[in-house]
Amino acid sequence: MIRSLIYSITFHSVLVLLTILSLPFMLREPIDLPPIVSVELIQITDKTSIPYAPKARKIIEETKKKEVERLVSEQAPPAAKAKEKPDRIPLPNEKKEEKKIVKKKQNPEEIKPEIRQASEFEKKDIVDTNQIAALIDKAKEEEAVKQKKEDKITQSSQKNSFATGLTLSQEDALRAQIFGCWSVPLGLPYDEDLLVRIKLQLKKDGTIMRSEILDHQRMNRPGQKFYKVLAESALRAVRLCQPLKVPPTGYDKWKDLQLNFNPAEMLKG
Amino acid sequence: MKKFFLIFVLNIFFINKSFALIEIDITRGNLDPLPIAVSPLHVDIKSENFDDLKIKDLGENISKIIENNFRGTGLFNPLKKEAFVQKPDIAHLKPRFEDWRLIKAQALVTGKLLIIDGKLKVEFRLWDLAAAKEMTALAFTTTPSNWRRVAHIISDKIYERLTGEEGYFDTRIIYVAESGPKNERIKKLAIMDQDGASTKYLTLGNELVLTPRFNPNNQMVTYMSYFRNMPRVYLLDIETGTQEVVGNFPGMTFAPRFSPDGKKIVMSFAKDGNSDIYTMDLDSRVVERITDHSSIDTSPSFSPDGKFIAFNSDRSGLQQIYVMRSDGSGVKRITFGNGIYGTPVWSPRGDLIAFTKMRKGRFYIGVMRTDGSGERLLTENYYQEAPSWSPNGRVLVFYRETKSGLKGEGFSAKLWSIDITGYNERRLQTETDASDPSWSSLLSK
Repeated sequence: MIRSLIYSITFHSVLVLLTILSLPFMLREPIDLPPIVSVELIQITDKTSIPYAPKARKIIEETKKKEVERLVSEQAPPAAKAKEKPDRIPLPNEKKEEKKIVKKKQNPEEIKPEIRQASEFEKKDIVDTNQIAALIDKAKEEEAVKQKKEDKITQSSQKNSFATGLTLSQEDALRAQIFGCWSVPLGLPYDEDLLVRIKLQLKKDGTIMRSEILDHQRMNRPGQKFYKVLAESALRAVRLCQPLKVPPTGYDKWKDLQLNFNPAEMLKG
Repeated sequence: MKKFFLIFVLNIFFINKSFALIEIDITRGNLDPLPIAVSPLHVDIKSENFDDLKIKDLGENISKIIENNFRGTGLFNPLKKEAFVQKPDIAHLKPRFEDWRLIKAQALVTGKLLIIDGKLKVEFRLWDLAAAKEMTALAFTTTPSNWRRVAHIISDKIYERLTGEEGYFDTRIIYVAESGPKNERIKKLAIMDQDGASTKYLTLGNELVLTPRFNPNNQMVTYMSYFRNMPRVYLLDIETGTQEVVGNFPGMTFAPRFSPDGKKIVMSFAKDGNSDIYTMDLDSRVVERITDHSSIDTSPSFSPDGKFIAFNSDRSGLQQIYVMRSDGSGVKRITFGNGIYGTPVWSPRGDLIAFTKMRKGRFYIGVMRTDGSGERLLTENYYQEAPSWSPNGRVLVFYRETKSGLKGEGFSAKLWSIDITGYNERRLQTETDASDPSWSSLLSK
């Protein structure tokens, strides 16, 4: 009993998870948020790493301040060499002073991590970092301006392309082409249920490899004469229209198309 | 556990795959009539002569009738024959679809005929040119003199195949043929094919006749006649020409119409300034009073299922349309608009009622739902009335009077038809002036 309950809960959780992950409206909603800028920035950080840029600037300033000390420390090794003189026996006082001097020496092994990091920057790198940081700032500004300029159509086209694999203009071109080819059977009565769905498999040049009326069984059912007439007219339209105006790229996205023919609006008027 | 994981992964894969399908909604299309090519029917060389029939021209003539029928619907555009690229006999065997598509045709009609042993054999095929396949094919055998009907029957079959609706070409229209000046008008009963051909006059014009109506099998006609100056409802057998008075009413009877089963006639009976609706059973001759009101109740029309009657009455002060059960109970007013409503006629489909409306001196033909909602006025004119439905409930025929002469002293009455969408208004060709049309049901049914 408990075991089956566990199975049930697990399986249902998986189903819920699947639903959340895969339902199209769940996928589409976040696109309304403006995440475009952050996506762009991520691409730039691959080169320059934004979070480190201010830190790098700070470090560079510190490095400049300690430049003098660094020069001293660079002179330290010869002093160490003096210490190594074997022919001279130092006095006790001198030994103390020497020790002090040694303490002041900048031993590479004792150098603080910050300084070590700073020393890893070459002058060229430092300059580049500033420039890139400035570029990032500029890019940010440009992106902000762009974002202001971008109207809803662009955003919806991105949403559309996300949902369908065709941009809005590509979809409109295709739709307009089929509008022209479809002779709507004008004698049909207004009926909300008159929707014909045709699944197409296209070649790269837009010609039709295969066409199939989904729910084609309905055509031969008694009392479905109007549906049959509509379905035939829709098929006729698609065949007359070929080659369809498809984009030159992204064949994998549009090689399978579904056209939903719904004359309700036209028949209403 | 591994299996669960596998199923999980497969699920994700397939679900994502299914959402990858691009869907495009097509909600608009081309409203032009469907381009159709009607190839002349091929006349078989074995055909024998028959009476005065010009055999050679028969195939051409049949195709012309089909074309005219299609053009009249407003739904099809028959293409000019000059552009045809294939001979009728070859086209009938196997059309070269790509050649026909070149002239922008979407459908093609081909056929052949043969007259042998005094019989006309006709076959035809309808081709879907885009799909490059045959849509329907039929053959008929009849007497050669019926060749016009054959053309209408072919038209009906093609119309039905391409629109999903029954056709209305193999039908007749009965009407009142009018001639002479207005004060000495001669009115005769006349019958013709729906395309205006084969007109026959059923009465001599010695007495005034009005409102002829077909019975469901188109063999009988009921109408009102002023025979011996007694306005009464008559019954006429079209084949034999015999006439009889309907019922023995001590007064004027008018506005008759058959019940959908053809067994009863519903009409108005007027006496002492009051008029009510009555029915008479044609077998038992039993008369039944349906309405009993001090107002003028007239123009009754049965619903196609025979359960209801629509009529007009002035019981509310102005003439309006009412609906009641066929036994007279449950009377309900359905028109409330401005103006006067009359001549309600129930559609053969049962979904609409056609009517005449008068408002501010103008006459309108309109349709509305059977509860009175969705009123649509299809056409407006100086004077027009008496709508009658085509058997498929798609077209209305009515008559319109127009003033003629520079000073409007004369007038002319003609039959007109209009689609229930309000488009495709056309004048029907009649030999004389015409009024009170009534459309028959399909003759070949």
